[in-house]
Amino acid sequence: MTMLKSKFARYVLQKFGWYLVAFFIAVSLNFFLPRLIPGNPVRVLVSQLATGGVQSDALARIYDNYMREFGLDQPTHIQFFRYFRNLFRGDLGTSFMLYPGKVSDLIREALPWTVALQIPTILIGWLLGNILGAACAYKGGKFDAVAFTLALAVSNIPYYCLAIILLYGLAVHNPIFPVGGGYSFGNFPELSLSFFLDALHHYTLPFLSMIVVALGGQAIGMREMALYELTTDYVHYSKALGLSDKKVIRYVFRNAMLPQITGLAISFGTMMGGALVTESVFSYPGIGSLLFTAIRQADYPLIQGCTLIITVAVLLANFLVDIAYGYIDPRIRAAQLGER
Amino acid sequence: MGEVLILVLRSRRFMIGAVLFLTVLAFGVIGPRIVHRDPFQMVGGLFDSPSEKAMLGTDNLGRDVFTQLMYGTGTSLLIGFVAGVVATCIGVTVGAVAGFKGGFVDELLMGITNILITIPSIVVLILLSIAIRSRSAMVMGVIIGITSWPWTARAVRAQTSSLKTREHVDLARISGYTAVELIIKEILPYMFSYIFMAFILQFSGGITNEATLSMLGLGPFQTVSLGVMLHWALLWEAVRTGAWWAFLPPVVFLTITSFSLMLINAGLDEVFNPRLRKS
Repeated sequence: MTMLKSKFARYVLQKFGWYLVAFFIAVSLNFFLPRLIPGNPVRVLVSQLATGGVQSDALARIYDNYMREFGLDQPTHIQFFRYFRNLFRGDLGTSFMLYPGKVSDLIREALPWTVALQIPTILIGWLLGNILGAACAYKGGKFDAVAFTLALAVSNIPYYCLAIILLYGLAVHNPIFPVGGGYSFGNFPELSLSFFLDALHHYTLPFLSMIVVALGGQAIGMREMALYELTTDYVHYSKALGLSDKKVIRYVFRNAMLPQITGLAISFGTMMGGALVTESVFSYPGIGSLLFTAIRQADYPLIQGCTLIITVAVLLANFLVDIAYGYIDPRIRAAQLGER
Repeated sequence: MGEVLILVLRSRRFMIGAVLFLTVLAFGVIGPRIVHRDPFQMVGGLFDSPSEKAMLGTDNLGRDVFTQLMYGTGTSLLIGFVAGVVATCIGVTVGAVAGFKGGFVDELLMGITNILITIPSIVVLILLSIAIRSRSAMVMGVIIGITSWPWTARAVRAQTSSLKTREHVDLARISGYTAVELIIKEILPYMFSYIFMAFILQFSGGITNEATLSMLGLGPFQTVSLGVMLHWALLWEAVRTGAWWAFLPPVVFLTITSFSLMLINAGLDEVFNPRLRKS
């Protein structure tokens, strides 16, 4: 038992190492890529102020001030070092468009909305998709033909396409749901039943538009896995023994489910782009809408803050799934540690 | 080969997908060469509804939506195609070299691949797009391609490392083939179907990625694509003001394109994996 435990600890440690490298690379990209932008963003920012009729010596002072504020007066390697140091202090810099608003504050406000939308969608979509996929494989025939084609259809619609159709159909054309936002105008985020119900009302359409697509993608993967399992010896044997269909499908489901855990990890990364746009379609007050505005306003610190938080979230989710997978399936641990 | 062709033609999924895709292709690629209209020309006012003059109405700047749709479909297909070619080329090269060489090269290449898989590609795409100021359709295709190859590399590597142990590869090796010759002549042809299907997936993914980036406001410059159309429609509140002609056509075309590519892929999958063919 202790040996098993230490092996698992080694597995976790090794995974952690890989993710640390990924994190370092992602943060470096996050730092260097926006610095490739030709021209000095601060000069652009200051020249925008100039149209407001500010005196030129005042402009020069503002320019110097901004350069210091954004740390751009230092050589690149010092900026890089500072960037890392500030990151661990939770300081993501100052926003251009909402100067002197802190990027970390803006993200802190938006993050809970995104988490509340994404995590349930991914988990429920994954679970329902797997059940549907297994049912397709097991039932076959007409059911499979219809359900599989439907799953193919929805899984490949970009998320926001369905979002736009739902928004138009169920909020604009037939005003059943609100046309956007996270809660009604005049309502404030607080812990009360009326706010909760209002938020839920706003939540429905973004949730629906994302879950249908997520479900379809998982169903396709599961169907293939389950079709494979159905041809294995243990299934033939169980059937020959006269086990009930219900029991056989439960075995098949459990075995086919295991590789699907990787599907869960993939979802966290691949769903991100679509989910970000879905948020901005519904003007949902999460990271996606924030990023949308930041890009439009060329607010580089805020863009960097958003991309960073997305990266961290996806890496963290993947890491947790990897650990869970290694815990459930000993073969994965062995393969990772190079024992097989 | 003839047998495969018959199976392909008999697959209903493949045929429906192919017909849909060819229709979209003809519309977006041949269409603009026939009508020769300027997609940026203003023909009416803000969100004019469909009329005889403009079959699908006008957009936020009074431009003809039908013309925009035609040129936009062409651009989106081009970006998706370039992305698909780039991603497949990099993925196949990395995967084949890693799988064939094994050892340290394999571990290094797969280490890089696995790290790139964990970093969400949309983040890298956003950062690359804001760093590159003049984004033409070609540049966008290349950017999308170089961020989406890792999946292909991983799959090709797995296939290569199993194929390289076959006897015909050993035979070729003792006849003096070099490593490059072995990979090109003795390994890659055996997974051609696989690579082709990976390309179709990358193609479809490229179109979707273009739309995502464009909708976030990072689309190609001085050209119209399906994503760019949606970006303007969203920004000018076409959905909430009920101007369906401004957003529904690009949504429908995006959906049909990716659905048709998916059907083609599923059809080919049935042909190449008899396991999936259920009578």
